[in-house]
Amino acid sequence: MSEIADAFVTALKLIFTGDAEVLSITARTMAISGSSILIGALICIPLGSLIYFHDFRGKRILVNLIQTFFTLPTVFVGLLVFITFSRAGPLGGLGILFTPTAMIIGQAILIAPIITGLTISALSGVSPEIRETAVSLGATRFQTIGMILREARYAVVAALLLGFGRAFSEVGCAIMVGGNIKGATEVLTTAMALEASQGNIELAMALGIILIALALVVSVLANRLQQRWVR
Amino acid sequence: MIAVRSLCKRYGDKEILKDIDFDVQRGEVFAVIGPTGTGKTTLLRIIDLLERPTSGAVYIDGLDTSASERVRLDMRRRIGVVFQKPVVFNASVYDNVAYGLKIRGEGKARLHQRVKSALEMVDLSGYEDRRARTLSGGEVQRVALARAIVIEPEVLLLDEPSANLDPVSTAHVEEVISRIIRELNTTVVMATHDMSQGQRLADRIGVLMDGEILQAGEPREVFNYPTSRKIAEFVAMENIIEGVISSSREGVVSIEVGGKVIEGISSFDPGEEVCACIRAEDITLALSKTPSSARNAFLGQIIRVVSIGPLTRVEVDCGFPLVALVTKKSAEELDLQSGKDVYASFKATGVHIIKSKGD
Repeated sequence: MSEIADAFVTALKLIFTGDAEVLSITARTMAISGSSILIGALICIPLGSLIYFHDFRGKRILVNLIQTFFTLPTVFVGLLVFITFSRAGPLGGLGILFTPTAMIIGQAILIAPIITGLTISALSGVSPEIRETAVSLGATRFQTIGMILREARYAVVAALLLGFGRAFSEVGCAIMVGGNIKGATEVLTTAMALEASQGNIELAMALGIILIALALVVSVLANRLQQRWVR
Repeated sequence: MIAVRSLCKRYGDKEILKDIDFDVQRGEVFAVIGPTGTGKTTLLRIIDLLERPTSGAVYIDGLDTSASERVRLDMRRRIGVVFQKPVVFNASVYDNVAYGLKIRGEGKARLHQRVKSALEMVDLSGYEDRRARTLSGGEVQRVALARAIVIEPEVLLLDEPSANLDPVSTAHVEEVISRIIRELNTTVVMATHDMSQGQRLADRIGVLMDGEILQAGEPREVFNYPTSRKIAEFVAMENIIEGVISSSREGVVSIEVGGKVIEGISSFDPGEEVCACIRAEDITLALSKTPSSARNAFLGQIIRVVSIGPLTRVEVDCGFPLVALVTKKSAEELDLQSGKDVYASFKATGVHIIKSKGD
């Protein structure tokens, strides 16, 4: 028990003294997951809107499928990206395996269903009267869509935050396509796993505390946004 | 300005509107009144081009509205509407009101000035930065009114503008609407189930019941001379007395009602079953039979006396029930109370006679 307590105290010291390694791993994690969220948002918010505003055969099935992929196993995505970018794979020539780029791509794929699906439910949450009101005030089809998106903005941002949370807290994909290379592709989760296995409990603990703190901040923000949206 | 021709709307097997015809002149306030669920909202939605009729047409300024979406958008931009339960955008009051102008590409300076004067018109000056979702029902209604008038519509559609509000908010919203009507001189079509609201605000009234316009005319006309029993009941005609025409001479008919005879002006023939409609305020009460020009005078016993504001409602049994409205002062002078005998009299011209069956 005292070992854990000691590790905890040392971990806090590492964080608050601004340990270089801890800081750089944290910064890299934010950069990689942040980029994946940005790419995810650019593709998936328009994609979710496209699905929501169009009626087509199999729409329900598609939406159900997207929701199923919310819990896509991270190692499975890792495997797909690994195969794609490995030397013998279809995009092996790019040589991006075991680089942050591959990790960003992997995480973007991982969170794509979450952002797309939650964008669709955010838009469905806007009451149909909003659409009618915009139309009755003389809005064109595009202006109406713009207004509905605007009404759903808090819920959409909450969706991005949830996606961000999933991206930085996953380990399977990051380790498979990133390789946990010190100083290059090491992120909070993968570094934690490695340090712990090497007996550096204090460092692992410090990284863990940061991870939890990040998750907490994201969850509080997402919650507040969702409440604002409901009200 | 607006011409509605043979308009029908069906949802599946359900016929909501049947063969509706009416015209609204430029600058006129036309109220569609009728009980809830008779198709008023559907009618307004069709005029607002949000829905298409099953058959028939709506013309605005002589233009057929059953055109392409492009043309319908241009027409829709000339119409302002306030729904029964308006929703506001999750934004400030200012942004809500400005929306219609923004999507029309209005310049910033003019937009600002128009939003300001629209808010003034609905008594919401100083509310610009308030979040619209935090407002009360009456305030939301007024934001919706401002949002509709800010675009300076040629036609303003109001669907039950005060149906969901408390009396104080209702009075305020109504005051704002009559100010809008007075100052902007817009053509207005409003739907209301409140007969008296229609009377207060409209130039003309159309009674919509079961999907049909049963009667249209000036409020006074509809109020005093309903053309059917159904309308008479809806416009709160207190006395609707069934009887049979017993004789007719030079336009004056006698109606036999349970052994008593009521005289009225009508062209119905003897033998016809009719209803005599008498407004409660047209009945005078007295303690003794006074010589007067009133052709109808009946001795009866007071059953009940209820005071309603400045008036007193007296129910009298004259062999048939009669309800009279007298001022509180005269009720006190005559010391009206239940059990007392009184003479109820009314003029033959105060009796409006309609067929007892059918529309």
